[in-house]
Amino acid sequence: MKTADTAHNEGSSAFAKAGEPEYGAAQGQSRAAELELSGVSKRYAGQREAAIVDLSLTVPAGEVCVLVGPSGSGKTTAMRLINRLISITGGDILLGGRSVLERDARELRREIGYVIQQTGLFPHQTVGENIATVPGLLGWSKQRIGARVQELMELIGLDPQEMAGRYPAQLSGGQRQRVGVARALAADPPLMLMDEPFGAIDPINRARLQDEFLSLQAKVKKTIVFVTHDIDEAIKMGDRIAILRDGGRLAQYDTPREILIHPADEFVAEFVGADRAIKRLSLTTLDELQLMAPDGEKLGAARVPAKASVRDALSTILTAGGEAVTVVDAQDRVQGMLTLGLIEQLLSQEAAQPAQGADGADGAGSTDGAVARAVVEQTREAAR
Amino acid sequence: MTGALTPAIAAAGPVIPNYGSQSSKCVVHNHFFCTDWVSHNWGSILWPALRQHVLLTAIAVAIGFAISLALALAAHRYRVIERPTVLITTFLYTIPALALFELLVAPVGANIYSAEIALVSYTLLILFRNILTGLREVPEEVLDAAEGMGMTRRQALLRVELPLALPAIVAGLRIAVVTIIALATIVYTIYDKGLGVPIHAALGEGPFKTELIAAGGLTVLLALGADALLVLAQRALTPWARAKGG
Repeated sequence: MKTADTAHNEGSSAFAKAGEPEYGAAQGQSRAAELELSGVSKRYAGQREAAIVDLSLTVPAGEVCVLVGPSGSGKTTAMRLINRLISITGGDILLGGRSVLERDARELRREIGYVIQQTGLFPHQTVGENIATVPGLLGWSKQRIGARVQELMELIGLDPQEMAGRYPAQLSGGQRQRVGVARALAADPPLMLMDEPFGAIDPINRARLQDEFLSLQAKVKKTIVFVTHDIDEAIKMGDRIAILRDGGRLAQYDTPREILIHPADEFVAEFVGADRAIKRLSLTTLDELQLMAPDGEKLGAARVPAKASVRDALSTILTAGGEAVTVVDAQDRVQGMLTLGLIEQLLSQEAAQPAQGADGADGAGSTDGAVARAVVEQTREAAR
Repeated sequence: MTGALTPAIAAAGPVIPNYGSQSSKCVVHNHFFCTDWVSHNWGSILWPALRQHVLLTAIAVAIGFAISLALALAAHRYRVIERPTVLITTFLYTIPALALFELLVAPVGANIYSAEIALVSYTLLILFRNILTGLREVPEEVLDAAEGMGMTRRQALLRVELPLALPAIVAGLRIAVVTIIALATIVYTIYDKGLGVPIHAALGEGPFKTELIAAGGLTVLLALGADALLVLAQRALTPWARAKGG
């Protein structure tokens, strides 16, 4: 979807490049490795209930896997098992085909980017020094570190001249989070772990940071494990979503679309919300649709860009009234029209598709089309 | 140091210690403060006493800091060490200084060792508490990031924890230095060094005010100066602590 098709899996050979001076992430030689969790479990000593039970999933190189679930579902624990901040008690984790358990924990962590909610930036170090942390630990030359810091600051849209010497306390929350991402990317890790990276950011800036991060990911194409409790964020950020339930059990691991169309069970259906038909609309952008021909009579004042999601377009229809919006491209040229009927058609078509998972039978999916139609009906009512 | 009274001066005024042959009118009449006495006795009394005082303080704080740092690092890693350390250092801190000096004379002798042992024991509680607090106040997410990026324990300690604990550590040092500068004025009771010597001499020698004011004033100035130096050092070492707001 976002990056899967363009990702390259260099496997274990990716690690060998770490010491070579010639690579550079911005030149499109970014590394990414496949991550495989195989029967992973975690039981804390003295506790009856396991924190993670038999968790198996594979994240193809260059894809974003979102771990999502209610609190207590062990999503952060699962993430911290990967870089061995928490020790595993069963199963195995393979990064680029090689077990993380065989490796020296420090060496492993220096090859895994790590971003956390409160950023964890070192307050006593400047932005430049923060970004230079892992390259410094790896013993890169001063010159190479300097060039890398400059390159990364440009990548995250901070002026190196102006910002490199600032301390984290002098940055806005959004800037701090960007620096956190740059720091994690510094040594071009084949895998990044991100624990609710945008959780502490206000909603407006969060959406912007998410968009920025997605376009950044389109460039660097890292394998990413992204933890959040917010299903909307999961749908937006994830190539695949792993929904965990209480006690660290994997409820479903699938693409956002599949999860929304064919929730595996009641728990998943409830977790993604009764409005999952609406959520699904956010997965499709207008330029992916066969739009209606522009109709002079109906051509309304409401215009939406072709890059917008169907969900946003529906919202515009609701706000503006009427049954349709005009879709325009970046140059404000009319591309066609989106009508409520078209949205209804889209939802019904998707709901009719069989589940792609192994056990395709699902009761929740059959009601999905009805939900979709009800949503569109309600929108029609409101428009009148 | 107590010079003999010459008959001429004794006859001219009240009983004033004669520090040398050049006693001025100011000294003879025991005015509030005689600068000429100070300048005359600077090289022989005040400057040596001041230097000794600085040395007594510096040695005590340096040794106290080394011990406290080791104890705090141990307590930071192994929590069980904290309680007994606090207990012992608090106990040491509460022993009256005069009593402690005298107690040490029998086993150690009336020398610099007993003086320093006593002074060091008064720094421990302050420094241990402050260093440990500083280390504990390092935000958890910062430590998590340090570990998650692959720092060893030692690297995290040296590159992250200690630098971040520096403001609390310097705050402890400031209290300790000022405390020891004040306490060192009673070292004279067992060891004839420091600014306590002229202060004691002035107290014992009748109503002459200048020596008391000069030696006492030097003690206060030394404390203020040392404190100011530490503040400047902290500012230089922790530019980040003042960097707030964009």
